[in-house]
Amino acid sequence: MAKLTFKTDLCKGCGLCVDACPKHLLRLSPDAINKKGHHPAELTDEAACVGCAFCATMCPDCVIKVER
Amino acid sequence: MVVFDKPHALTDAPLHYCPGCTHGIVHRLVAEVIDELGIEGQTIGVAPVGCSVMAYNYFNCDMIEAAHGRAPAVATGVKRANPKENIVFTYQGDGDLASIGMAETVHAAARNENITIIFINNAIYGMTGGQMAPTSLPGQVTQTSPYGRDVNHCGYPIRVCELLSELEGPEYLARVTVNSVKNIKAAKAAIKKAFQNQIDGKGFSLVEVLSSCPTNWGMTPQKALKWIDEAMIPYYPLGVYKDRSAKEEAK
Repeated sequence: MAKLTFKTDLCKGCGLCVDACPKHLLRLSPDAINKKGHHPAELTDEAACVGCAFCATMCPDCVIKVER
Repeated sequence: MVVFDKPHALTDAPLHYCPGCTHGIVHRLVAEVIDELGIEGQTIGVAPVGCSVMAYNYFNCDMIEAAHGRAPAVATGVKRANPKENIVFTYQGDGDLASIGMAETVHAAARNENITIIFINNAIYGMTGGQMAPTSLPGQVTQTSPYGRDVNHCGYPIRVCELLSELEGPEYLARVTVNSVKNIKAAKAAIKKAFQNQIDGKGFSLVEVLSSCPTNWGMTPQKALKWIDEAMIPYYPLGVYKDRSAKEEAK
């Protein structure tokens, strides 16, 4: 099973990872706000994630660590 | 098993770039290549003037800040001071490399200096607030061309790879982009080759990366990536414009 770790405070809420996910499992959190004042990205369904790392590849800020 | 994490050659400093700016992706690709080639201890980067002016905060290797546009000249000096040990790269934007630094770029290429240049082309002056650059597309609306770039008045955008490919000097010239996962993989391969060429002593390698500037283009980050496909790539076609070693091997 894949595991994603988000360095939430580095996230700028650009949403490039959301578009990159082939299974549409990511979203910008509607409730949470990080230190920078952005809605950070979050994974909606951990079990469905295969750890392809497309999100991390598109992320300009190295927010996401992917383990498999 | 860790599949993806921040490369060691990047520091922990948070990047100051705007949300969705692809500078961060290119920084990471350069750092990944430095990690993979195991050259962090001997690499010296030259930072430009522009949005990436503070690149020296983000790379774990030694960095020098050059005067505006003069990064290839500074890199020439650093490389020639210790050609066997030093791996030298410059990281420049289009306002730096294609405008004020055009002379240094062309002459470094003509001399076939054994350096690597990462050239970020986002068709606009980012740091100063979105003025027209020498690479702005015909009809592109910027702060200083509010009715779109008029080619009768402002001339045509410069295609740097094509321009330099006419010279005998350069070893490797390629244009890539980072607007999708597939293109990012191709961009990384080109950047790796550009560094490998320097290690092998082959000479001047320049990788032009078509990049987005959502803030100054006035688009969302997603729309900006699409605009690269729709507007930039037709004018700046991707591909390898010169690869002398491959050409000679094919003979």
